[in-house]
Amino acid sequence: MTPMRDMLLARSADVEARHQAVLATDWRGRAAVLAGIGAAAAVYVYGLVLFGFSPLWLANGARRLWDIIGLMLPPDPQSWSQFRMYLGALGQTLAIALLGTLTAVVLAVPFGFLAAKNIVAGRIVHFLSRRALDTIRSVDTLVWALIWINVVGLGPFAGVLAIASTDFGAFAKLMSEAIETADRRPVEGILSTGGNKLHAIRFGVVPQVLPVIAGQILYFFESNTRSATIIGIVGAGGIGLHLSEQIRVLEWQQTSFLILMILVAVAVIDQISQRLRAGIMGRRGT
Amino acid sequence: MPMIAIPPPAQIAPLLRGYNDAIAPRRRQLVLGLALLAASIAVACVGAEVDPATLWQRIGNFSSYFGRLLHLDSGAFVWTDPKEWFWGLRRWSGLMGETLLIAYVGTLTGAFGAFAGCFLASTNLTRPALLCTATRRVLELFRTVPEIVLAMIFVVAFGLGALPGVLAIAVHTAGALGKLFAEVVENIDMRPVEGIAASGGNWLARIRFGALPQVLSGFASYMLLRFEVNVRGAAVIGFVGAGGIGQELIVAIRKFYYSDVSAILLMVIACVMLIDFASERLRHQFVSVGKGA
Repeated sequence: MTPMRDMLLARSADVEARHQAVLATDWRGRAAVLAGIGAAAAVYVYGLVLFGFSPLWLANGARRLWDIIGLMLPPDPQSWSQFRMYLGALGQTLAIALLGTLTAVVLAVPFGFLAAKNIVAGRIVHFLSRRALDTIRSVDTLVWALIWINVVGLGPFAGVLAIASTDFGAFAKLMSEAIETADRRPVEGILSTGGNKLHAIRFGVVPQVLPVIAGQILYFFESNTRSATIIGIVGAGGIGLHLSEQIRVLEWQQTSFLILMILVAVAVIDQISQRLRAGIMGRRGT
Repeated sequence: MPMIAIPPPAQIAPLLRGYNDAIAPRRRQLVLGLALLAASIAVACVGAEVDPATLWQRIGNFSSYFGRLLHLDSGAFVWTDPKEWFWGLRRWSGLMGETLLIAYVGTLTGAFGAFAGCFLASTNLTRPALLCTATRRVLELFRTVPEIVLAMIFVVAFGLGALPGVLAIAVHTAGALGKLFAEVVENIDMRPVEGIAASGGNWLARIRFGALPQVLSGFASYMLLRFEVNVRGAAVIGFVGAGGIGQELIVAIRKFYYSDVSAILLMVIACVMLIDFASERLRHQFVSVGKGA
């Protein structure tokens, strides 16, 4: 190994001379990268200074946070009736997620067709419907919850409508994309063997679109379970209501118990939905 | 269209029977699934206190609510007097800037955390399996607790202000990005790293020229994606007193300052869309650079 290394090192001046263009330091590129990093760091530091960050603040807060974590253990619902109440609230959360998702699906189907390029030819209609859906999507679930509370009053029903509103935009977009990418050939095949229009849709389009949509619905149900746990914070039902209340009155053991319940529920829903999704997708594969 | 020869019924009947037999289990499965779904919907409707009658009665409120959002106190439409509509523009844009800054600082801090954690969480670089699993569980905990819940707890521990919001976003981001970063690190091609080691590069050179070029574009594009998400998150984190425009928005909604609500919402939506657009552009660039390298 050593002789070869010596040989290479002896030749390195020659190699460097021949490949100057490759080995030359790219000062301009380096300066650009450094300037980019410098600017990013400057904004970061500016933000920290503006928000009044100091090591003392961090140390004090971290100590209090540590105390809080100490108070959280062990998680404890305090009483059996309390636990039953929380369980009911968790059920309500799941109900909100389920109904919100399904409502969004039902409402999104017609708009999905409207926003699909190959169904509605007009570019302006297509563009406007896409932008409108984007706008609906950019408003957070919590904001929708506050708006719906003004309409139907406090309670889980406002939560259902809030989740439906947020997802409606996202679903319609996904639906339109699924419809756009559907293959025309199965439809043509069915028509050519004498099937009527209904057959073409049932056996040509639905088998293509359904697994994609069903997978997406499950995926949204998963993420909506997460959203539904927090919309209670603004008064739209579910377990979030109890959670924010317990944090406000500094009942840390109950808080940690509620967080634990949420984590377990989310994990279970994720598992179930992943299984179902794998099943649905697998069926499409065969 | 040419005529299609349809076989006689006697010939079709066994085929049809065969088809029916073949798909019968799937049909049963479908009916069972639908029944299950219907039952859970019914239970959920009771649980969520769904009341179509209320909705029907008050759906007028919804349209009138949006109507009121579009009217000034004077009764004129908002767009007739943009100056009156956006009367608080200076203050709101300051808060919007704060929101963006919260998202930015939170994303970057979280990304540092994720960067530190991802190497521990990737099986190809961290030998003790226990350490790897432990890091993964912690990251999972960080990303499963909703950031607004974290913000509520941090507000109690650290006091009101933007920094608890930054911290909440940072912790959530560390969890979410840590997982994605670890996946990127696990999927790198080890051959460049081995090549540099073979030609005498030290550990730093191996990371700098072997691993970093492979992961950097992935890291950057995930960070940008997370920044988009965090801007949305930062806009509502003020609901619990953790800084940004959320505080102003929830006050406006709760106190029925209709034209303010629409003005602030419009600013948030415009900002979110602008950031989405810009970051999508940037991400495409990163992806193409990553592919070119």
